[in-house]
Amino acid sequence: MSAAKQAIPADIGGEAVVAMAEHGSAKQAAPGRKILPIVEGVVLVAALVAPLLLQDYLTVFATRVIILALFALSFDLVWGYAGIMSFGQALFFGSAGYGVALLARDLDITNIFLVLPAGTIIGLTFALLLGGFLLLGRHPSSVIFVSLGTLTGSYAADRLARGWYYLGGQNGIPSIAPMTVGSYEFSEGPPFYYLVLGILVVVYLLCRFLVRSQFGLALAGLRENEQRIAFFGYKAQHLKAIIFAIGGAVAGLAGSLYAFHEGFVWPNMVGVVVSTQVVLYVLFGGSGTLIGAVIGAVIVEGVSFWLSDNYREVWPIILGVLLLLVILFRPLGLISFVLGERERVGSFGGKSKATEKEKRDAAP
Amino acid sequence: MPLLEATGVKKIFGKLTALDGAALTVGENEFHGLIGPNGSGKSTLMKCIAGAEVPTQGRVSFVNTDITAFTPTERARAGMSLKFQITSVLPTLTLYDNILLALQAQSSLFDLVFSRTRVALHDQVMTMLTQFRLADRAFDAAAALSHGQQQWLEIAMALACKPKLLLLDEPTGGMSLEERRVTGELLQPIKKHCSLVIVEHDLDFIRDICDRLTVLDQGKVLASGTVSEIQANKAVQEIYLRRA
Repeated sequence: MSAAKQAIPADIGGEAVVAMAEHGSAKQAAPGRKILPIVEGVVLVAALVAPLLLQDYLTVFATRVIILALFALSFDLVWGYAGIMSFGQALFFGSAGYGVALLARDLDITNIFLVLPAGTIIGLTFALLLGGFLLLGRHPSSVIFVSLGTLTGSYAADRLARGWYYLGGQNGIPSIAPMTVGSYEFSEGPPFYYLVLGILVVVYLLCRFLVRSQFGLALAGLRENEQRIAFFGYKAQHLKAIIFAIGGAVAGLAGSLYAFHEGFVWPNMVGVVVSTQVVLYVLFGGSGTLIGAVIGAVIVEGVSFWLSDNYREVWPIILGVLLLLVILFRPLGLISFVLGERERVGSFGGKSKATEKEKRDAAP
Repeated sequence: MPLLEATGVKKIFGKLTALDGAALTVGENEFHGLIGPNGSGKSTLMKCIAGAEVPTQGRVSFVNTDITAFTPTERARAGMSLKFQITSVLPTLTLYDNILLALQAQSSLFDLVFSRTRVALHDQVMTMLTQFRLADRAFDAAAALSHGQQQWLEIAMALACKPKLLLLDEPTGGMSLEERRVTGELLQPIKKHCSLVIVEHDLDFIRDICDRLTVLDQGKVLASGTVSEIQANKAVQEIYLRRA
């Protein structure tokens, strides 16, 4: 669990809060210098050149990782930014995957301009239904209720998929036809890679716009102290349902890309295993920063891939220990090695003034 | 008609009767103090008015509307604002963002997503911060403030919602004498556009800023009246002597 984030509800003792702030500022970079854009730039450049340097089978692997990074963004929006613990994010990912697989299998629809919007809408719809039920009560629902509710939803979907013959039962739906634009077919390799990278960049920029807007400030308030902002007059439950639905839509988009990239869907894709996996990406990389989610997905998948190749027997144990160490000693994720608390939380207004002040402070 | 009228408010927690038919009436532009010994039910009455607790029995009406069953959000939108007893500023956000968060609470979703009120609200944020002597720390995290300053920030946040009625639960708790004096000064100007209900242990502070007082004892109203009436009240003197 993101212990540090949970440890700052507003009603704890003043000393702890001050200690936390000092801890944050100690790590902060020199005033005026922003770390996030640098990290984002480095990751983007690395992603752009990767297929030029990697062998073909690794480009295929990298494509899968980028799709999972897109999925990680969806969970980060919901948990990292709004503080909603969704243990069932795979429900939206997998149901969209199944949805587009059925479109391809039963209706021969593989056009990218139809299947991707369809997958997104499936994710959005499921998230609206589940979110409406779990979050839209007259009074705020507890974290436990929401996390168990989402977990149960994901588990139930997994069981349903396993038992439903139409969905292929245990085997899922194999041999999904490739995604198409006109007569062009997207098969594994660099074109598919750059397609998903492009989609990731666009979604990332949209998310960035959203979390830095005044709506993002409302989300920050929601995450820090839901009760407090209700007393300001915010409709906290509505805000939660909206961001949950947006998260579902992004997960749906990722799920449809995943289905076409892998060429098959199977019950795990909607289940608890994949739901947990996305939680780990975000905690590992750093929740509450978009780039943290991307880095988390890349590193967890990359390390798993390398370990499973080199330590065939014990790799899950090594990976488990690594994850535990990060969560214990770096509850804000790997990104916190380079990113200060102040920049992570960000500033939502009066930016020019803030920069002026930083310049003043930096002056001798 | 009074701005706020709470009648017959009863609140039972398990076997404990915290409020036993308490009442409170506050007029427009009135500063009303709520006093009484520890455990007399002051904070509970405040919470029942603000919507943090639901009364077991009784009725709360605000601007001629029965708000007993309203959620805190609905009360806030009706024009009521609360400063909690325990400071609940948002510690990782800057002071600026804390105030902006309160100011933009009733902006539409569209305005929030496209940040359409950010520029328009800038001057209001800075005015609030200047008024509460916090402008030079606008871009520090709220957690870095002293306890007294956090209390001011919290009052500023509660006022940013432009309430008709401001509920302050122990605004000077943990403050130095100088900070208390300044708090009194900061509250005076709001009288022009807002009523105030204030729970406070510091009787000197209460006497200086309030028009009327209600004294609670064991969940019931012991006395209610102007400051001088309450000061002359024998029963009130007795409970305060008993406590001393």
